[in-house]
Amino acid sequence: MLLSRGGMWTLAGQGWWRGLGLAAQVTRDASRGLPWPPCARTRGAAGESWSLGRLYSSAERKERIDMSRFPVENIRNFSIIAHVDHGKSTLADRLLELTGTIDKTKNNKQVLDKLQVERERGITVKAQTASLFYNHEGKQYLLNLIDTPGHVDFSYEVSRSLSACQGVLLVVDANEGIQAQTVANFFLAFEAQLSVIPVINKIDLKNADPERVEKQIEKVFDIPSDECIKISAKLGTNVESVLQAVIERIPPPKVHRKNPLRALVFDSTFDQYRGVIASVALFDGVVSKGDKIVSAHTQKTYEVNEVGVLNPNEQPAHTLYAGQVGYLIAGMKDVTEAQIGDTLYLHKQPVEPLPGFKSAKPMVFAGMYPVDQSEYNNLKSAIEKLTLNDSSVTVHRDSSLALGAGWRLGFLGLLHMEVFNQRLEQEYNASVILTTPTVPYKAVLSSAKLIKEYREKEITIINPAQFPDKSSVTEYLEPVVLGTIITPDEYTGKIMMLCQARRAVQKNMMFIDQNRVMLKYLLPLNEIVVDFYDSLKSLSSGYASFDYEDAGYQTTELVKMDILLNGNPVEELITIVHKDKAHTVGKAICERLKDSLPRQLFEIAIQAAIGSKIIARETVKAYRKNVLAKCYGGDITRKMKLLKRQAEGKKKLRKVGNVEVPKDAFIKVLKAQSDK
Amino acid sequence: MTLPGARAGARAAAATAAQKRRRAEGAGRSLNPVTPSQRAALYVHWPYCEKRCSYCNFNKYIPRGVEEAAVRSCLVTEAQTLLQLSGVQRVESVFFGGGTPSLASPHTVAAVLEAVAQATHLPADSEVTLEANPTSAPASRLAAFGAAGVNRLSIGLQSLDDTELQLLGRTHSASDALRTLAEARCLFPGRVSVDLMLGLPAQQVRPWLGQLEDLLRHCDDHISLYQLTLERGTALFTQVQQGALPAPDPELAAEMYQEGRAILQEAGFRQYEVSNFARNGALSTHNWTYWQCGQYIGVGPGAHGRFIPQGAGGLAREARIQTLEPDNWMKEVMLFGHGTRKRLPLDNLELLEEVLAMGLRTDVGITHQHWQQFEPQLTLWDVFGASKEVDALLEQGLLLLDHRGLRCSWEGLAVLDSLLLTLLPRLQEAWQQKTPSPVPGE
Repeated sequence: MLLSRGGMWTLAGQGWWRGLGLAAQVTRDASRGLPWPPCARTRGAAGESWSLGRLYSSAERKERIDMSRFPVENIRNFSIIAHVDHGKSTLADRLLELTGTIDKTKNNKQVLDKLQVERERGITVKAQTASLFYNHEGKQYLLNLIDTPGHVDFSYEVSRSLSACQGVLLVVDANEGIQAQTVANFFLAFEAQLSVIPVINKIDLKNADPERVEKQIEKVFDIPSDECIKISAKLGTNVESVLQAVIERIPPPKVHRKNPLRALVFDSTFDQYRGVIASVALFDGVVSKGDKIVSAHTQKTYEVNEVGVLNPNEQPAHTLYAGQVGYLIAGMKDVTEAQIGDTLYLHKQPVEPLPGFKSAKPMVFAGMYPVDQSEYNNLKSAIEKLTLNDSSVTVHRDSSLALGAGWRLGFLGLLHMEVFNQRLEQEYNASVILTTPTVPYKAVLSSAKLIKEYREKEITIINPAQFPDKSSVTEYLEPVVLGTIITPDEYTGKIMMLCQARRAVQKNMMFIDQNRVMLKYLLPLNEIVVDFYDSLKSLSSGYASFDYEDAGYQTTELVKMDILLNGNPVEELITIVHKDKAHTVGKAICERLKDSLPRQLFEIAIQAAIGSKIIARETVKAYRKNVLAKCYGGDITRKMKLLKRQAEGKKKLRKVGNVEVPKDAFIKVLKAQSDK
Repeated sequence: MTLPGARAGARAAAATAAQKRRRAEGAGRSLNPVTPSQRAALYVHWPYCEKRCSYCNFNKYIPRGVEEAAVRSCLVTEAQTLLQLSGVQRVESVFFGGGTPSLASPHTVAAVLEAVAQATHLPADSEVTLEANPTSAPASRLAAFGAAGVNRLSIGLQSLDDTELQLLGRTHSASDALRTLAEARCLFPGRVSVDLMLGLPAQQVRPWLGQLEDLLRHCDDHISLYQLTLERGTALFTQVQQGALPAPDPELAAEMYQEGRAILQEAGFRQYEVSNFARNGALSTHNWTYWQCGQYIGVGPGAHGRFIPQGAGGLAREARIQTLEPDNWMKEVMLFGHGTRKRLPLDNLELLEEVLAMGLRTDVGITHQHWQQFEPQLTLWDVFGASKEVDALLEQGLLLLDHRGLRCSWEGLAVLDSLLLTLLPRLQEAWQQKTPSPVPGE
C-alpha cells in the first residue's frame, strides 16, 4: 500500500540542478547525459517526501541555484484545471518528464498527488507546485506549474492558486466532454482574467470524439475550436505542443523586481522539523535568506531561513525574484500563520496586500466522535496533525450524552469532509463516528434581549440546541449554492424532479451539444449535503456531473424539530429543518429509531415534534414474552452468563426518561448515511 | 433380560403414593429430615439419538453402533464416583435425559438405579423420569422401563401436526405420539408428561390452540409448553437464515403462550414454572430441584452438576461439567472413575444470583424462608425493598414482593428475563454494600 502511494520513480532533477548551477545553458536533452547518475529512489509515504527533500537540500546547500538567470519575460506561471479523471495529473506527469524534471519511466503516475486519498479518488486535495525548466527556440524558460485542488470545495484555494498564474490548461476528456467541474473551473479562470488553453485529452480512446468536444468548448466557453490542442497524455501524443502553447499563449507575469517585496501565499504545509513551508508567488521585489518579512494578515515578523523552488521537491535558491514561484521557510510554527491568500512583505517596507484574502469559511459541519471513548486522545492527536496541514478545517470540542466527548468540525464542503475522514482512517488508522452533516444557518434577531446577549443582530447557528425561537427572530437564513449539472438530455426530466424535490430554483438551461444539457440551479446547501450527489448519479446511470459554488444566503423558513421518547426530548436528536421537509425528515428519524430501539417492558412512543405539535410517530411495542423456555440443570450456567452480560450492557445505556437507548441506536440515527 | 423386579415395582407404587401425599401438602415443600447438602437429584445423560432433529443443539450423537455395555458400565462407575464425592445420603429423584434415553436398554436404566441405591439411600418413592421418543417406545419397552424402576415418563411429542413434525425433523407422526401417550398412561397413570412446542416458523395461533385443545383430550396431568428457540448451528436456524423458512414471529409466539397458559389454567393445570403445567400435584420434583437451587449430580457425557464435594472435604458448591464427547468421556471414566472436565466453585453471590434467576421461574417464586436458607443476613426486603427500579416493576404489576416473598405476576413471568436485568444488578449492589470487598489473604 505504501509503495503504491508513492510509486516508483527516478529523480533526474537532482543531477540536473547541479548541471544548472554550473552551466546554465545545459539543454533538456543534455541533462540526460550528465556525469551524475540519476538517483533512483523509492518514495515512501507522503510524509517521507519532505525528509527526502531535506536530505537533498542539505546536500545542495553549498550550491544554491541562482534564480536571477530567469528574467521575467522567460517565466510562465500556469495551472492545469479539469473535471475529475479527465487527466490533469497524467498531463502533469508528462510535462515533468518532458522537461526532465523527473525521469521518464512507466511508473510516473500522478507524481504530484502525494496523498493516498488523492490517488484513490483521482483528485488533488493538496496543491503541489513544480518548476520546470524548458528550452524553447534557444531560450531557457522557467515554467511554474501550479497544481490546484480539483474540487470546488477548495474553490478558494483554487482561486488563490490561480491568482499566482497568468494562464491555465483547461483539460477536457475527449470522450466525456465538458462536465460540471470543467465549467466551474473555467469560470474561476475566466474571472481571474487568465489565458485559457483548452486541451482535449484522451484522444486515443476508442470512443473519443474530439470534434464534438471542440464544439462544446466553442459553445460554452466561446473559445474558437482551432485553439484546442488534442493530446493523449497517457501516450504522450502531442504533449510537446502544450508546452509550446504555454510559452506562446500565456503572457509572462506583470511584475517589478525593483519594487519592495510583495509575495502571495497560495499554499502551506507543515514539516515537523522545519515548521511551516509556505508556497509563495512573488508579485514584486525579491526575497532571500536572512530577510525579515511580515505577514499582512497576522502582522507577525519572521526571518527567512530558506527560499527555493520546487521541482517538485525543494531545491534551495539564493533568492527568489518577482514573477517566480517557490517555497519559503521562516520559522512559522503553525499553518494558520501562513494562511492561503495572505501577503508577505519586507519588514519596514509595507505594501498594499494582494486582494482577495479570506479566512477559510466552513460550509458543512459534522460531529466527530471516537468509536471507543478510550481512543479519544489518539483521535485528538490525529486531528491535530491533519489540521496542521489544513487550516481550513475548524475544530471545536463538543460532547454528546450519547456519543461521549468529540468535536464539531467545519469543512469547506462535502468532499473536503470525506477526504478528511478518509485521511484520518488511512493515515492515522482512526475509526470515527461522523454525524449527519449540517450547514451553518443564520438568524436575524428581533429580540433586543437576544441581540444584547449575542452582541450582534445576525447570528450563525451551528448547534441546533441554540436555535432561537421564531418569536425572537425577524428571519432565518440558509446558505445556498449555485449548482451546475451537465447531463445527457434523456435524464433531464428526472433531474429536474430531483432538484424540485430539493427546493432548488432553476436559473438556466442550455444544450451544450446535440444531446447534452447544462442546468444551473440555485440550491439550498443543506439539500445537497447528504445524498444529492448519489441520487443524481444513480438516476442518471452515472452520466450526470455536478458541481457547485457558494451563492451566499437566502431567507428561509426553518423550524426546530424535537424527537421525543415517551414524551421526553432527546437532546442529541434536535434537528433544524426546513418547514416543508419537517414531516419527511421527522418520519425518517422516527423510523430509524424504531428499527434500532430494543423492546422494553413498556410501549415506547417515538415522536417528532415541532413545538407542541406532533408531526410523526412510531411505536415500539412492549415485550410480551422474554423468558428462556427451557431452563434446567444444563442450561443454568449459560443463562446466568448471558443475563449478567446483558445486565452489564444495560448499565451503559443512555436513559431518556424511562426509556433505555443503546448507543447504537443514536449512531444509526446520527451517522451520515453513506449507503443511501 | 433380568430386571431388579421387586424393588422397581415397589418404587413405582411408592411414587404414586408419594404423589398423592404431595397433592395434599402442596408442592415445593420437603418434609425431609435430611439437610439440603445431604441430598441431591441425579441427572443421567444418554447422548445418542436415532436422527438429528432440526431444532436441537443438545449434546447428542448419532452413533453407528453403541457398545451399550461399555456405556452402561461407565454411567454406573461415574454415578458411584460422584455420589461418593458429593457425600449425599439421599437421592430424591433420578432423571434419564438425552439424547434419546428411551433408545437405551431398560437394563442400563436398571443398572444405574441399582448403583445409586447401593451407594446411597434411594427412597422407594423417589421420582425416576425417563425421556421417551414416541417411535422408540412401544408399550412393551415402556413396560420394561417401568420394571427397571422408571416411574415417570416425559414424552417428546412436540406437535400434533404431521407437517410440523416433519419440519422439526422428528421421526414420529401425530398418531404415533397419541398412541404412545395412551400406552404410557396405562403403564404410568398420573405420571406422564408431554412436550408441546410453540412459535414454529409459519405456525399460526388458532391452529396451534387447536392442537393444545386436542392434546388436552388425551394428556395426563403434566404438560410442558416450549417456545422454539432458534439455536445457532441447527438445520432450522440455517433454513431461516437463508430465507427458506420464515422467521418465527415473536408476537404470535407471545400470543400462543398467553392463550395456552389461559387454556391450561382453565383446564385445572397449575403453571408451576415458566414452561411447565401440572394438575393433581403431578409436578416434576426433579426439575423443581433445579429451580430451587437444590444439589444435583450430573452423570454422563456433557452432564452438568451443582453440589458440594463433601466426600472430598469440599465446602463450596461447585458447578461441574462432564466431558462432552462420549468416547473421550468413557476413556476418562475408565481411567479416573469420572469424566468431570470442568469444576467451578460458586461464591455466595453467584449462588444467590442463581437462587434469584431460577426461583422466579416458579409460581411460588422465592419465599422468605427459601431465601433465608441461602442468605441468612440480607432479607429479600433488604435487597429489593428500597430500589426505585424494582419499585417501578412492582408498580407495573410485573413483580410482587410481600409477606410470602418475591415472585412474578402472571404478566411478569412471561418477561422474566427482562425483569432479571433489573434484579440481578440490584442484588449485586446490595451484596457489595453488605460485604466490604474482601481483604487479600482472608
